[in-house]
Amino acid sequence: MITLSKILILLGALLAVFLQGTLLNMRPLLGAQIDLLPALMVYTALTCGPLMMVALAGAGGLLFDTLSANPPGVSVLPLLLIGALLQPRRDLLLRDQVYAQFVLGLTASAAAPLCAVLLLLTLDQSPLLGWGSLWQWAVVSVAGGGAAPMFFALFGRLNQALGYRPVTESSFRADREIRRGRN
Amino acid sequence: MSKRSYYILVGLAAVLALLMLNLPGPTAVRLKAVLGSVFLPLFGLADGAHRLAEKTGDHLQTKSELIAANAALTRQNQALRLEVVEARALASENERLRQLVNWQKQNRWRVRLARVIYRDPANWWRTLQIDLGTREGLSNDLPVLSPEGFLIGRVLTVNPTKAQVVLVGDPNCKVPAVVEGDVRSQGIIAGGRVFDGSFVELSNLPTHAKVKPGDRVVTSELSRLYPRGIQIGVIAEAPWLAESRLVQEVGVKLSANLGSLEEVWVLFQ
Repeated sequence: MITLSKILILLGALLAVFLQGTLLNMRPLLGAQIDLLPALMVYTALTCGPLMMVALAGAGGLLFDTLSANPPGVSVLPLLLIGALLQPRRDLLLRDQVYAQFVLGLTASAAAPLCAVLLLLTLDQSPLLGWGSLWQWAVVSVAGGGAAPMFFALFGRLNQALGYRPVTESSFRADREIRRGRN
Repeated sequence: MSKRSYYILVGLAAVLALLMLNLPGPTAVRLKAVLGSVFLPLFGLADGAHRLAEKTGDHLQTKSELIAANAALTRQNQALRLEVVEARALASENERLRQLVNWQKQNRWRVRLARVIYRDPANWWRTLQIDLGTREGLSNDLPVLSPEGFLIGRVLTVNPTKAQVVLVGDPNCKVPAVVEGDVRSQGIIAGGRVFDGSFVELSNLPTHAKVKPGDRVVTSELSRLYPRGIQIGVIAEAPWLAESRLVQEVGVKLSANLGSLEEVWVLFQ
């Protein structure tokens, strides 16, 4: 069942990138396109192991770059950085609290585009930037903050629905039953 | 997992990502084409749902609506046929005159309709993907027009089944343009505004250029990639001096609505 939850996370990444490129076009409404991958990385880093975190950074980042004009690998490094910073501290973070999930999602979604743009500028690319980029950054961060608790709730439900239920040990033992009445 | 193994794993992943960043251009395009095949089932599903919605919409239309639409299209078709006859006559006259004055013969452009599959999910690029590729004869740098015939960009990269179109306003899509005012002033459309995708900036206009709001901006004859005379947009505001104070800049409102493109024309020569 652990494998199933990992597959679900990777499928979630694929679906998130696909929706961002096709149906979930937020530009006419918000003036910016939201990015769900950093929020998904927050969930993965706090609930799964390092291998899964690296797999999501690699697969999610590369899939995002495939649909984008980014050089392949640009989105991998920011996701990896977020995951690598969160993973060792996951026992210290209040990952079950919604506000903590929101703050982590917000921070991760703010950091990811910043790192990606810095990388692009380092690679001598010329992305479209201006004062409007600050608004886009704010929208992406808040949307990521909102998406993180949703991922926790969604994957929590899915794991509950599709995972094996823990066996509850009953204290009843037939050989120790006290039988009452006349015999 | 021990701390050491953890750092080795993260370090290896980072090195791999850095190596990928330094891939040569053609290899990166090929890698993207291979990775893009992961999305094929999802695109198939989305296409199926789109067609189903279209079919359902067709069934919901009444007969009287269809008859009215048919009559309107028939009238439009007749008017367009007349325009085609007129245009053919003008084209042949143009060719004869070119022969008479020994002007260079112009190659005719062919058009092909393509469907927009998806848009760039990153906020810092303005690109979209279309469903034509090298199999259909596409190559890099072909001009792309909106269904109404306005310039929207050019083909940036092509793989066998898809092509990436970079839109006007993206820093990678520079278009030499002419303002059709009292004086035909030349400039370059170099970049757009982040917040409003329907505006781009026309730069490198000479200081003596007199442009006014409403003037048409079309592709220049100096362009190597675009046929001349294709409408890009109209001047939207008064020009201002650039920082260098040697040239002017002006805002241009694009004629094509880049946000709602579902189909585009690709020009072939």
